[in-house]
Amino acid sequence: MSANDVLQGPVLETRGLTKEFRGFTAVDDVNLQVQEGHIHALIGPNGAGKTTVFNLLTKFLPPTRGDILYRGHSITSKKSNEIAQLGLVRSFQISAVFAHMTALENVRVALQRKLGTSFHFWKSEKSLDHLNERALELLEEVGLREYADTLTVEMPYGRKRALELATTLALDPTMMLLDEPTQGMGAEDVDRIVALIKRVSQGRTVLMVEHNLSVVSRLCDRITVLARGAVLAEGDYETVSRNPLVREAYMGSDAAEEEGVTV
Amino acid sequence: MMTETQSMAAPSAVLERQKRAKFRRNMFYLALIVVGLVAPFLAYPVFLMKVLCFALFACAFNLLLGYAGLLSFGHAAFLATGGYVTGYLLASYPGLTPELGIIAGTLLATLLGVLFGVLSIRRQGIYFAMVTLAIAQLVYFMFVQAPFTGGEDGLHGVPRGELFGFISLSSNLAMYYFVFAIFIFGFALIQRTVHSPFGQVLKAIRENEPRAVSLGYNADAYKLVAFVISAGLAGLAGSTKTVVFQLASLTDAHWHMSGEVILMTLLGGVGTLLGPLMGAGIVVSLQHILAQSPLGNWVSVILGIIFVICVLSFRSGIVGELDKMYRKNFK
Repeated sequence: MSANDVLQGPVLETRGLTKEFRGFTAVDDVNLQVQEGHIHALIGPNGAGKTTVFNLLTKFLPPTRGDILYRGHSITSKKSNEIAQLGLVRSFQISAVFAHMTALENVRVALQRKLGTSFHFWKSEKSLDHLNERALELLEEVGLREYADTLTVEMPYGRKRALELATTLALDPTMMLLDEPTQGMGAEDVDRIVALIKRVSQGRTVLMVEHNLSVVSRLCDRITVLARGAVLAEGDYETVSRNPLVREAYMGSDAAEEEGVTV
Repeated sequence: MMTETQSMAAPSAVLERQKRAKFRRNMFYLALIVVGLVAPFLAYPVFLMKVLCFALFACAFNLLLGYAGLLSFGHAAFLATGGYVTGYLLASYPGLTPELGIIAGTLLATLLGVLFGVLSIRRQGIYFAMVTLAIAQLVYFMFVQAPFTGGEDGLHGVPRGELFGFISLSSNLAMYYFVFAIFIFGFALIQRTVHSPFGQVLKAIRENEPRAVSLGYNADAYKLVAFVISAGLAGLAGSTKTVVFQLASLTDAHWHMSGEVILMTLLGGVGTLLGPLMGAGIVVSLQHILAQSPLGNWVSVILGIIFVICVLSFRSGIVGELDKMYRKNFK
Protein backbone atom coordinates (compact mmCIF):
# COMPACT_ATOMS: atom_id res chain seq x y z
CA MET A 1 0.00 0.00 0.00
CA SER A 2 2.97 2.28 0.39
CA ALA A 3 3.71 2.29 -3.32
CA ASN A 4 0.84 4.49 -4.49
CA ASP A 5 1.34 7.42 -2.18
CA VAL A 6 3.51 9.70 -4.24
CA LEU A 7 1.21 11.18 -6.84
CA GLN A 8 -2.07 11.50 -5.00
CA GLY A 9 -2.93 14.51 -2.91
CA PRO A 10 -3.58 14.00 0.78
CA VAL A 11 -7.02 12.91 1.93
CA LEU A 12 -6.73 14.94 5.04
CA GLU A 13 -4.52 17.92 5.49
CA THR A 14 -4.03 20.53 8.17
CA ARG A 15 -2.41 23.88 7.59
CA GLY A 16 -1.04 25.75 10.56
CA LEU A 17 -3.46 24.05 12.91
CA THR A 18 -3.23 25.69 16.31
CA LYS A 19 -5.16 25.40 19.55
CA GLU A 20 -4.57 27.62 22.52
CA PHE A 21 -6.20 27.22 25.91
CA ARG A 22 -5.85 30.51 27.78
CA GLY A 23 -2.29 31.11 26.77
CA PHE A 24 -1.26 27.45 26.81
CA THR A 25 -0.60 26.22 23.31
CA ALA A 26 -1.75 22.60 23.16
CA VAL A 27 -1.37 22.26 19.41
CA ASP A 28 1.19 24.47 17.74
CA ASP A 29 1.16 25.11 14.00
CA VAL A 30 0.69 21.50 12.95
CA ASN A 31 0.88 20.71 9.25
CA LEU A 32 -0.28 17.18 8.76
CA GLN A 33 -0.83 15.30 5.54
CA VAL A 34 -2.53 11.94 5.50
CA GLN A 35 -2.30 10.06 2.22
CA GLU A 36 -5.09 8.02 0.72
CA GLY A 37 -5.03 4.38 1.79
CA HIS A 38 -2.42 4.90 4.48
CA ILE A 39 -2.49 3.87 8.06
CA HIS A 40 -0.99 6.95 9.59
CA ALA A 41 0.06 7.04 13.21
CA LEU A 42 0.20 10.02 15.47
CA ILE A 43 2.53 9.34 18.36
CA GLY A 44 4.18 11.33 21.09
CA PRO A 45 4.62 11.48 24.84
CA ASN A 46 1.71 12.17 27.17
CA GLY A 47 0.42 15.69 26.82
CA ALA A 48 1.88 16.07 23.34
CA GLY A 49 -1.52 17.09 21.98
CA LYS A 50 -2.45 13.98 20.02
CA THR A 51 -6.00 13.73 21.31
CA THR A 52 -6.40 17.49 20.98
CA VAL A 53 -5.47 17.17 17.31
CA PHE A 54 -8.17 14.50 17.01
CA ASN A 55 -10.68 16.74 18.68
CA LEU A 56 -9.75 19.56 16.34
CA LEU A 57 -9.98 17.40 13.23
CA THR A 58 -13.45 16.21 14.18
CA LYS A 59 -14.49 19.60 15.50
CA PHE A 60 -15.12 18.47 19.05
CA LEU A 61 -12.93 21.50 19.72
CA PRO A 62 -12.78 24.61 17.57
CA PRO A 63 -9.25 25.45 16.39
CA THR A 64 -7.78 28.81 17.37
CA ARG A 65 -6.09 29.14 13.99
CA GLY A 66 -5.42 27.10 10.92
CA ASP A 67 -7.29 25.22 8.31
CA ILE A 68 -8.40 21.60 7.92
CA LEU A 69 -8.90 20.20 4.44
CA TYR A 70 -10.62 16.97 3.54
CA ARG A 71 -10.14 15.92 -0.07
CA GLY A 72 -9.02 19.43 -0.87
CA HIS A 73 -12.07 21.15 0.66
CA SER A 74 -11.96 23.09 3.86
CA ILE A 75 -13.96 21.49 6.68
CA THR A 76 -12.81 23.96 9.28
CA SER A 77 -16.24 25.49 9.69
CA LYS A 78 -18.23 22.26 9.74
CA LYS A 79 -19.85 20.72 12.80
CA SER A 80 -18.84 17.37 14.29
CA ASN A 81 -21.85 15.49 13.01
CA GLU A 82 -21.43 16.97 9.52
CA ILE A 83 -17.84 15.75 9.43
CA ALA A 84 -19.05 12.26 10.27
CA GLN A 85 -21.54 12.52 7.45
CA LEU A 86 -18.66 13.24 5.05
CA GLY A 87 -17.23 9.83 5.91
CA LEU A 88 -14.67 10.89 8.49
CA VAL A 89 -15.51 8.88 11.58
CA ARG A 90 -13.59 8.92 14.83
CA SER A 91 -13.37 6.67 17.84
CA PHE A 92 -12.55 7.65 21.39
CA GLN A 93 -9.78 6.97 23.85
CA ILE A 94 -12.11 5.37 26.32
CA SER A 95 -14.31 2.80 24.67
CA ALA A 96 -17.33 4.64 23.36
CA VAL A 97 -20.26 2.28 23.21
CA PHE A 98 -23.90 2.66 24.10
CA ALA A 99 -23.81 0.69 27.33
CA HIS A 100 -27.48 -0.08 27.80
CA MET A 101 -28.12 -1.18 24.28
CA THR A 102 -27.29 -4.60 22.87
CA ALA A 103 -24.30 -5.08 20.59
CA LEU A 104 -26.69 -5.42 17.70
CA GLU A 105 -28.45 -2.17 18.56
CA ASN A 106 -25.11 -0.40 18.87
CA VAL A 107 -24.25 -1.25 15.30
CA ARG A 108 -27.77 -0.71 14.06
CA VAL A 109 -28.00 2.80 15.41
CA ALA A 110 -25.07 3.65 13.14
CA LEU A 111 -26.64 1.85 10.18
CA GLN A 112 -30.01 3.52 10.58
CA ARG A 113 -28.72 7.01 9.83
CA LYS A 114 -28.68 6.31 6.11
CA LEU A 115 -32.39 5.40 6.18
CA GLY A 116 -33.23 9.01 6.88
CA THR A 117 -35.97 8.02 9.30
CA SER A 118 -34.09 8.85 12.46
CA PHE A 119 -36.44 11.70 13.34
CA HIS A 120 -39.53 9.55 12.79
CA PHE A 121 -40.83 9.22 16.31
CA TRP A 122 -44.15 7.88 15.08
CA LYS A 123 -42.63 4.83 13.37
CA SER A 124 -42.15 1.48 15.02
CA GLU A 125 -38.74 0.13 15.90
CA LYS A 126 -39.66 -2.78 13.68
CA SER A 127 -38.91 -0.57 10.69
CA LEU A 128 -35.25 -1.06 11.64
CA ASP A 129 -35.38 -4.84 11.68
CA HIS A 130 -34.28 -5.19 8.08
CA LEU A 131 -30.94 -3.72 9.14
CA ASN A 132 -30.33 -6.58 11.56
CA GLU A 133 -28.81 -8.78 8.90
CA ARG A 134 -26.20 -6.22 7.93
CA ALA A 135 -25.56 -5.50 11.62
CA LEU A 136 -24.93 -9.19 12.25
CA GLU A 137 -22.52 -9.30 9.32
CA LEU A 138 -20.57 -6.45 10.81
CA LEU A 139 -20.53 -8.13 14.21
CA GLU A 140 -19.32 -11.29 12.52
CA GLU A 141 -16.54 -9.32 10.89
CA VAL A 142 -15.15 -8.28 14.27
CA GLY A 143 -15.85 -11.67 15.85
CA LEU A 144 -18.79 -10.60 17.98
CA ARG A 145 -21.60 -12.55 16.36
CA GLU A 146 -22.38 -14.39 19.58
CA TYR A 147 -22.67 -11.15 21.54
CA ALA A 148 -25.42 -9.76 19.31
CA ASP A 149 -28.08 -9.82 22.03
CA THR A 150 -25.78 -9.04 24.94
CA LEU A 151 -26.11 -5.70 26.64
CA THR A 152 -22.88 -3.88 25.91
CA VAL A 153 -22.31 -3.02 29.56
CA GLU A 154 -21.86 -6.73 30.23
CA MET A 155 -19.18 -7.26 27.58
CA PRO A 156 -15.45 -7.51 28.36
CA TYR A 157 -13.39 -4.43 27.61
CA GLY A 158 -11.56 -5.78 24.57
CA ARG A 159 -14.87 -6.79 23.03
CA LYS A 160 -16.26 -3.33 23.56
CA ARG A 161 -13.43 -1.90 21.55
CA ALA A 162 -14.11 -4.38 18.80
CA LEU A 163 -17.77 -3.41 18.92
CA GLU A 164 -16.79 0.20 18.59
CA LEU A 165 -14.93 -0.67 15.41
CA ALA A 166 -17.95 -2.52 14.06
CA THR A 167 -20.10 0.52 14.79
CA THR A 168 -17.61 2.76 13.01
CA LEU A 169 -17.50 0.38 10.05
CA ALA A 170 -21.28 0.44 9.85
CA LEU A 171 -21.00 3.97 8.52
CA ASP A 172 -18.69 2.73 5.77
CA PRO A 173 -16.27 5.57 6.45
CA THR A 174 -13.69 6.61 3.90
CA MET A 175 -11.44 7.62 6.74
CA MET A 176 -11.26 6.40 10.32
CA LEU A 177 -9.66 8.25 13.16
CA LEU A 178 -8.84 5.82 15.95
CA ASP A 179 -7.82 7.19 19.32
CA GLU A 180 -5.63 4.58 21.02
CA PRO A 181 -7.51 1.53 19.83
CA THR A 182 -5.39 -0.87 21.90
CA GLN A 183 -5.20 1.15 25.08
CA GLY A 184 -5.74 -0.82 28.26
CA MET A 185 -5.75 -4.20 26.54
CA GLY A 186 -4.01 -7.46 27.24
CA ALA A 187 -1.54 -8.81 24.69
CA GLU A 188 -4.04 -11.27 23.26
CA ASP A 189 -6.65 -8.58 22.66
CA VAL A 190 -4.03 -6.29 21.15
CA ASP A 191 -3.11 -8.89 18.54
CA ARG A 192 -6.73 -9.38 17.64
CA ILE A 193 -7.39 -5.65 17.26
CA VAL A 194 -4.24 -5.16 15.20
CA ALA A 195 -5.31 -7.91 12.83
CA LEU A 196 -8.75 -6.41 12.72
CA ILE A 197 -7.54 -2.90 11.93
CA LYS A 198 -5.30 -4.29 9.24
CA ARG A 199 -8.24 -6.08 7.69
CA VAL A 200 -10.81 -3.31 7.86
CA SER A 201 -8.39 -0.65 6.66
CA GLN A 202 -8.44 -2.15 3.18
CA GLY A 203 -9.69 0.57 0.89
CA ARG A 204 -9.79 3.09 3.72
CA THR A 205 -7.53 5.63 5.25
CA VAL A 206 -6.75 5.44 8.93
CA LEU A 207 -5.26 8.02 11.23
CA MET A 208 -4.55 6.59 14.65
CA VAL A 209 -3.16 7.76 17.94
CA GLU A 210 -1.21 4.92 19.48
CA HIS A 211 1.15 4.47 22.39
CA ASN A 212 2.07 0.89 21.73
CA LEU A 213 5.05 1.13 19.38
CA SER A 214 4.97 -2.49 18.39
CA VAL A 215 1.45 -1.90 17.13
CA VAL A 216 2.62 1.16 15.24
CA SER A 217 5.54 -0.69 13.66
CA ARG A 218 3.30 -3.54 12.57
CA LEU A 219 0.48 -1.42 11.15
CA CYS A 220 1.49 1.99 10.06
CA ASP A 221 2.77 3.30 6.74
CA ARG A 222 3.68 6.67 8.05
CA ILE A 223 4.25 8.19 11.46
CA THR A 224 4.04 11.72 12.74
CA VAL A 225 5.63 12.43 16.10
CA LEU A 226 4.19 15.22 18.18
CA ALA A 227 5.93 16.76 21.15
CA ARG A 228 4.57 19.71 23.11
CA GLY A 229 1.96 20.34 20.47
CA ALA A 230 4.34 20.60 17.53
CA VAL A 231 5.46 18.14 14.90
CA LEU A 232 8.85 16.77 15.87
CA ALA A 233 9.42 14.32 13.06
CA GLU A 234 7.64 12.50 10.30
CA GLY A 235 8.35 9.49 8.14
CA ASP A 236 8.10 5.71 8.15
CA TYR A 237 8.91 3.71 11.25
CA GLU A 238 12.56 3.26 10.37
CA THR A 239 13.20 6.93 9.77
CA VAL A 240 11.32 8.07 12.82
CA SER A 241 12.81 5.55 15.18
CA ARG A 242 16.32 6.50 14.10
CA ASN A 243 15.70 10.19 14.62
CA PRO A 244 17.69 11.26 17.69
CA LEU A 245 15.19 13.99 18.57
CA VAL A 246 12.42 11.46 18.70
CA ARG A 247 14.48 9.07 20.75
CA GLU A 248 15.18 11.79 23.20
CA ALA A 249 11.66 13.11 23.47
CA TYR A 250 9.69 9.94 23.35
CA MET A 251 11.23 6.58 22.88
CA GLY A 252 13.08 6.67 26.14
CA SER A 253 16.34 5.48 24.60
CA ASP A 254 19.26 4.62 26.83
CA ALA A 255 20.90 7.92 26.06
CA ALA A 256 17.97 10.19 26.89
CA GLU A 257 16.41 8.20 29.73
CA GLU A 258 13.26 9.83 31.05
CA GLU A 259 14.40 13.40 31.22
CA GLY A 260 12.88 14.90 28.12
CA VAL A 261 9.68 12.94 28.55
CA THR A 262 8.08 14.13 31.73
CA VAL A 263 6.22 17.30 30.92
CA MET B 1 -17.52 -15.85 28.30
CA MET B 2 -20.35 -17.70 26.62
CA THR B 3 -20.14 -21.36 25.90
CA GLU B 4 -20.61 -22.67 22.40
CA THR B 5 -24.03 -24.18 22.98
CA GLN B 6 -25.34 -21.01 24.57
CA SER B 7 -24.15 -18.89 21.71
CA MET B 8 -25.71 -21.18 19.14
CA ALA B 9 -29.01 -21.26 20.94
CA ALA B 10 -29.01 -17.59 21.77
CA PRO B 11 -30.72 -15.88 18.84
CA SER B 12 -33.86 -17.98 18.71
CA ALA B 13 -34.12 -18.23 22.49
CA VAL B 14 -33.77 -14.50 22.80
CA LEU B 15 -36.40 -13.94 20.15
CA GLU B 16 -38.71 -16.33 21.91
CA ARG B 17 -38.13 -14.57 25.22
CA GLN B 18 -38.74 -11.17 23.64
CA LYS B 19 -41.94 -12.43 22.09
CA ARG B 20 -43.22 -13.71 25.40
CA ALA B 21 -42.21 -10.52 27.19
CA LYS B 22 -44.04 -8.53 24.57
CA PHE B 23 -47.15 -10.65 24.93
CA ARG B 24 -47.05 -10.23 28.71
CA ARG B 25 -46.62 -6.50 28.31
CA ASN B 26 -49.57 -6.23 25.96
CA MET B 27 -51.75 -8.23 28.34
CA PHE B 28 -50.65 -5.96 31.15
CA TYR B 29 -51.61 -2.85 29.21
CA LEU B 30 -54.92 -4.42 28.30
CA ALA B 31 -55.60 -5.11 31.97
CA LEU B 32 -54.73 -1.51 32.80
CA ILE B 33 -57.16 -0.26 30.18
CA VAL B 34 -59.90 -2.45 31.66
CA VAL B 35 -59.09 -1.05 35.11
CA GLY B 36 -59.27 2.44 33.63
CA LEU B 37 -62.64 1.71 32.07
CA VAL B 38 -64.29 0.44 35.27
CA ALA B 39 -62.48 2.82 37.64
CA PRO B 40 -65.10 5.63 37.58
CA PHE B 41 -67.65 3.21 39.03
CA LEU B 42 -65.35 2.48 41.94
CA ALA B 43 -63.85 5.88 42.66
CA TYR B 44 -64.80 9.51 42.34
CA PRO B 45 -64.38 10.38 38.61
CA VAL B 46 -63.14 13.94 39.23
CA PHE B 47 -60.36 12.59 41.41
CA LEU B 48 -59.46 10.03 38.74
CA MET B 49 -59.40 12.73 36.09
CA LYS B 50 -57.04 14.76 38.20
CA VAL B 51 -54.76 11.74 38.51
CA LEU B 52 -54.87 11.15 34.76
CA CYS B 53 -54.10 14.77 33.91
CA PHE B 54 -51.12 14.83 36.23
CA ALA B 55 -50.05 11.39 35.07
CA LEU B 56 -49.96 12.63 31.49
CA PHE B 57 -48.00 15.67 32.63
CA ALA B 58 -45.53 13.44 34.46
CA CYS B 59 -45.26 11.04 31.51
CA ALA B 60 -44.42 13.98 29.24
CA PHE B 61 -41.79 15.15 31.70
CA ASN B 62 -40.41 11.63 31.99
CA LEU B 63 -39.93 11.41 28.23
CA LEU B 64 -37.47 14.24 28.58
CA LEU B 65 -35.72 13.24 31.81
CA GLY B 66 -35.85 9.49 31.47
CA TYR B 67 -35.24 9.05 27.78
CA ALA B 68 -33.33 12.15 26.74
CA GLY B 69 -31.55 12.76 30.05
CA LEU B 70 -32.68 16.39 30.21
CA LEU B 71 -33.91 17.81 33.50
CA SER B 72 -36.30 20.63 32.73
CA PHE B 73 -37.27 22.85 35.61
CA GLY B 74 -39.79 24.81 33.62
CA HIS B 75 -42.46 22.36 32.61
CA ALA B 76 -45.15 24.24 34.53
CA ALA B 77 -45.00 26.85 31.75
CA PHE B 78 -46.32 24.34 29.23
CA LEU B 79 -49.00 23.00 31.54
CA ALA B 80 -50.19 26.53 32.25
CA THR B 81 -49.99 27.69 28.64
CA GLY B 82 -52.13 24.79 27.52
CA GLY B 83 -54.57 25.50 30.33
CA TYR B 84 -54.86 29.25 29.83
CA VAL B 85 -55.16 29.11 26.07
CA THR B 86 -57.86 26.45 26.19
CA GLY B 87 -59.65 28.20 29.06
CA TYR B 88 -59.57 31.56 27.37
CA LEU B 89 -60.79 30.25 24.03
CA LEU B 90 -63.59 28.14 25.47
CA ALA B 91 -64.76 30.93 27.78
CA SER B 92 -64.70 33.63 25.09
CA TYR B 93 -66.02 31.72 22.10
CA PRO B 94 -69.05 29.70 23.18
CA GLY B 95 -69.31 28.07 19.76
CA LEU B 96 -65.95 26.41 20.14
CA THR B 97 -66.05 22.69 20.96
CA PRO B 98 -63.78 21.45 23.77
CA GLU B 99 -61.59 19.27 21.57
CA LEU B 100 -60.73 22.29 19.38
CA GLY B 101 -59.92 24.30 22.49
CA ILE B 102 -57.66 21.51 23.69
CA ILE B 103 -55.93 21.21 20.33
CA ALA B 104 -55.31 24.96 20.26
CA GLY B 105 -53.89 24.90 23.80
CA THR B 106 -51.66 21.96 22.95
CA LEU B 107 -50.37 23.64 19.79
CA LEU B 108 -49.47 26.81 21.62
CA ALA B 109 -47.68 24.88 24.32
CA THR B 110 -45.81 23.03 21.57
CA LEU B 111 -44.76 26.33 19.99
CA LEU B 112 -43.63 27.59 23.36
CA GLY B 113 -41.68 24.34 23.64
CA VAL B 114 -39.85 25.17 20.41
CA LEU B 115 -38.92 28.57 21.83
CA PHE B 116 -37.78 27.13 25.18
CA GLY B 117 -35.89 24.37 23.42
CA VAL B 118 -34.04 26.59 21.00
CA LEU B 119 -32.90 28.79 23.87
CA SER B 120 -31.94 26.05 26.31
CA ILE B 121 -31.00 22.84 24.50
CA ARG B 122 -27.34 23.70 23.99
CA ARG B 123 -26.81 23.89 27.73
CA GLN B 124 -26.16 20.77 29.73
CA GLY B 125 -27.10 19.53 33.19
CA ILE B 126 -27.75 22.17 35.80
CA TYR B 127 -27.40 24.99 33.27
CA PHE B 128 -30.17 23.51 31.18
CA ALA B 129 -32.38 23.27 34.27
CA MET B 130 -31.62 26.87 35.21
CA VAL B 131 -32.35 28.24 31.74
CA THR B 132 -35.70 26.44 31.61
CA LEU B 133 -36.54 27.68 35.10
CA ALA B 134 -35.67 31.25 34.15
CA ILE B 135 -37.83 31.25 31.02
CA ALA B 136 -40.67 29.56 32.91
CA GLN B 137 -40.52 32.38 35.46
CA LEU B 138 -40.80 34.90 32.64
CA VAL B 139 -43.86 33.05 31.41
CA TYR B 140 -45.28 33.06 34.93
CA PHE B 141 -44.97 36.83 35.25
CA MET B 142 -46.46 37.23 31.82
CA PHE B 143 -49.51 35.27 33.00
CA VAL B 144 -49.73 37.38 36.16
CA GLN B 145 -49.83 40.58 34.09
CA ALA B 146 -51.68 39.54 30.95
CA PRO B 147 -55.32 40.70 30.85
CA PHE B 148 -56.78 37.48 29.49
CA THR B 149 -55.61 35.23 32.35
CA GLY B 150 -57.57 36.94 35.10
CA GLY B 151 -54.34 37.56 37.03
CA GLU B 152 -54.42 36.32 40.61
CA ASP B 153 -58.05 35.21 40.27
CA GLY B 154 -57.50 32.94 37.30
CA LEU B 155 -60.07 31.91 34.75
CA HIS B 156 -63.26 30.54 36.27
CA GLY B 157 -66.32 28.92 34.83
CA VAL B 158 -64.74 27.61 31.65
CA PRO B 159 -67.59 25.70 29.96
CA ARG B 160 -66.99 22.03 29.33
CA GLY B 161 -69.23 22.23 26.29
CA GLU B 162 -70.09 19.44 23.97
CA LEU B 163 -67.48 17.14 22.53
CA PHE B 164 -67.53 17.29 18.70
CA GLY B 165 -70.61 19.48 19.17
CA PHE B 166 -72.97 16.73 20.28
CA ILE B 167 -71.62 14.77 23.27
CA SER B 168 -72.27 16.75 26.44
CA LEU B 169 -69.36 16.64 28.86
CA SER B 170 -71.33 18.05 31.76
CA SER B 171 -71.61 14.61 33.32
CA ASN B 172 -68.42 13.57 35.05
CA LEU B 173 -68.62 10.09 33.60
CA ALA B 174 -68.62 11.31 29.99
CA MET B 175 -65.84 13.72 30.86
CA TYR B 176 -63.85 10.90 32.45
CA TYR B 177 -63.91 8.72 29.36
CA PHE B 178 -62.83 11.67 27.24
CA VAL B 179 -59.91 12.33 29.58
CA PHE B 180 -59.08 8.63 29.64
CA ALA B 181 -58.95 8.57 25.83
CA ILE B 182 -56.64 11.59 25.82
CA PHE B 183 -54.40 9.95 28.37
CA ILE B 184 -54.17 6.77 26.33
CA PHE B 185 -53.34 8.83 23.26
CA GLY B 186 -50.56 10.66 25.10
CA PHE B 187 -49.22 7.51 26.71
CA ALA B 188 -49.25 5.62 23.40
CA LEU B 189 -47.43 8.48 21.69
CA ILE B 190 -44.71 8.39 24.34
CA GLN B 191 -44.48 4.62 24.17
CA ARG B 192 -44.12 4.81 20.41
CA THR B 193 -41.58 7.62 20.56
CA VAL B 194 -39.43 5.62 22.97
CA HIS B 195 -39.63 2.56 20.71
CA SER B 196 -39.07 4.25 17.38
CA PRO B 197 -36.05 4.89 15.15
CA PHE B 198 -35.99 8.30 16.79
CA GLY B 199 -36.09 6.68 20.23
CA GLN B 200 -33.04 4.57 19.35
CA VAL B 201 -31.00 7.63 18.46
CA LEU B 202 -32.25 9.43 21.54
CA LYS B 203 -31.15 6.49 23.67
CA ALA B 204 -27.75 6.49 21.99
CA ILE B 205 -27.38 10.20 22.71
CA ARG B 206 -28.33 9.69 26.34
CA GLU B 207 -25.86 6.81 26.65
CA ASN B 208 -22.94 8.56 25.00
CA GLU B 209 -23.48 11.89 23.35
CA PRO B 210 -20.02 12.43 21.82
CA ARG B 211 -20.15 8.99 20.24
CA ALA B 212 -23.60 9.63 18.79
CA VAL B 213 -22.30 12.88 17.34
CA SER B 214 -19.29 11.09 15.88
CA LEU B 215 -21.71 8.75 14.13
CA GLY B 216 -23.15 11.78 12.39
CA TYR B 217 -26.16 12.59 14.53
CA ASN B 218 -26.89 16.18 15.39
CA ALA B 219 -27.55 15.59 19.08
CA ASP B 220 -29.06 19.00 19.74
CA ALA B 221 -31.68 18.55 17.03
CA TYR B 222 -32.79 15.20 18.49
CA LYS B 223 -32.96 16.62 21.98
CA LEU B 224 -34.97 19.55 20.66
CA VAL B 225 -37.54 17.26 19.08
CA ALA B 226 -37.85 15.31 22.32
CA PHE B 227 -38.24 18.56 24.21
CA VAL B 228 -40.97 19.79 21.89
CA ILE B 229 -42.92 16.52 22.10
CA SER B 230 -42.64 16.66 25.86
CA ALA B 231 -43.79 20.29 25.96
CA GLY B 232 -46.72 19.57 23.67
CA LEU B 233 -47.91 16.68 25.82
CA ALA B 234 -47.52 18.76 28.97
CA GLY B 235 -49.67 21.37 27.25
CA LEU B 236 -52.21 18.71 26.37
CA ALA B 237 -52.36 17.73 30.05
CA GLY B 238 -52.91 21.36 31.04
CA SER B 239 -55.60 21.93 28.43
CA THR B 240 -57.46 18.81 29.49
CA LYS B 241 -57.19 19.74 33.14
CA THR B 242 -58.73 23.15 32.44
CA VAL B 243 -61.73 21.55 30.76
CA VAL B 244 -62.15 19.08 33.61
CA PHE B 245 -62.01 21.64 36.42
CA GLN B 246 -63.41 24.50 34.36
CA LEU B 247 -60.59 26.52 35.79
CA ALA B 248 -57.14 27.80 34.84
CA SER B 249 -55.08 29.42 37.54
CA LEU B 250 -51.61 30.63 38.38
CA THR B 251 -50.96 27.50 40.45
CA ASP B 252 -50.24 25.66 37.22
CA ALA B 253 -47.66 28.22 36.13
CA HIS B 254 -45.86 28.47 39.46
CA TRP B 255 -42.46 26.83 39.78
CA HIS B 256 -43.93 24.63 42.53
CA MET B 257 -45.67 22.81 39.73
CA SER B 258 -42.40 22.20 37.90
CA GLY B 259 -41.06 20.77 41.14
CA GLU B 260 -44.12 18.65 41.74
CA VAL B 261 -43.81 16.93 38.38
CA ILE B 262 -40.19 16.09 39.14
CA LEU B 263 -41.33 14.63 42.45
CA MET B 264 -44.02 12.54 40.78
CA THR B 265 -41.64 11.22 38.17
CA LEU B 266 -38.82 10.39 40.57
CA LEU B 267 -41.18 8.82 43.08
CA GLY B 268 -42.76 6.57 40.47
CA GLY B 269 -39.53 5.79 38.67
CA VAL B 270 -37.77 7.89 36.09
CA GLY B 271 -37.15 6.18 32.75
CA THR B 272 -39.93 3.66 33.28
CA LEU B 273 -43.09 3.96 31.25
CA LEU B 274 -45.47 3.36 34.14
CA GLY B 275 -43.53 5.18 36.85
CA PRO B 276 -44.97 8.63 36.21
CA LEU B 277 -48.51 7.23 36.29
CA MET B 278 -47.79 5.61 39.64
CA GLY B 279 -46.04 8.73 40.96
CA ALA B 280 -48.86 11.03 39.91
CA GLY B 281 -51.40 8.67 41.46
CA ILE B 282 -49.58 8.66 44.78
CA VAL B 283 -48.93 12.38 44.96
CA VAL B 284 -52.47 13.36 43.96
CA SER B 285 -53.96 10.80 46.35
CA LEU B 286 -51.81 12.03 49.21
CA GLN B 287 -52.78 15.63 48.54
CA HIS B 288 -56.40 14.57 48.40
CA ILE B 289 -56.31 12.53 51.59
CA LEU B 290 -54.20 14.97 53.57
CA ALA B 291 -56.34 17.93 52.54
CA GLN B 292 -59.30 16.34 54.28
CA SER B 293 -57.37 15.26 57.37
CA PRO B 294 -56.19 17.40 60.30
CA LEU B 295 -52.72 17.30 58.71
CA GLY B 296 -53.99 19.47 55.85
CA ASN B 297 -51.42 22.20 56.36
CA TRP B 298 -48.59 19.73 56.36
CA VAL B 299 -48.97 18.47 52.79
CA SER B 300 -45.75 20.06 51.55
CA VAL B 301 -43.78 18.81 54.53
CA ILE B 302 -45.04 15.26 54.20
CA LEU B 303 -44.42 15.22 50.44
CA GLY B 304 -40.98 16.62 51.10
CA ILE B 305 -40.18 13.86 53.58
CA ILE B 306 -41.41 11.21 51.17
CA PHE B 307 -39.27 12.74 48.45
CA VAL B 308 -36.16 12.67 50.64
CA ILE B 309 -36.81 9.05 51.61
CA CYS B 310 -37.35 8.14 47.99
CA VAL B 311 -34.16 9.78 46.76
CA LEU B 312 -32.09 8.33 49.59
CA SER B 313 -33.36 4.78 49.74
CA PHE B 314 -34.99 3.78 46.50
CA ARG B 315 -33.44 5.83 43.80
CA SER B 316 -35.04 4.21 40.81
CA GLY B 317 -38.51 4.96 42.15
CA ILE B 318 -41.31 2.58 43.01
CA VAL B 319 -41.78 1.08 39.56
CA GLY B 320 -38.04 1.02 39.02
CA GLU B 321 -37.50 -0.89 42.27
CA LEU B 322 -40.33 -3.29 41.51
CA ASP B 323 -38.84 -3.88 38.10
CA LYS B 324 -35.44 -4.62 39.63
CA MET B 325 -37.00 -7.01 42.15
CA TYR B 326 -38.88 -8.76 39.38
CA ARG B 327 -35.73 -9.14 37.31
CA LYS B 328 -33.78 -10.49 40.27
CA ASN B 329 -36.35 -13.03 41.42
CA PHE B 330 -38.22 -14.15 38.34
CA LYS B 331 -35.63 -14.31 35.61
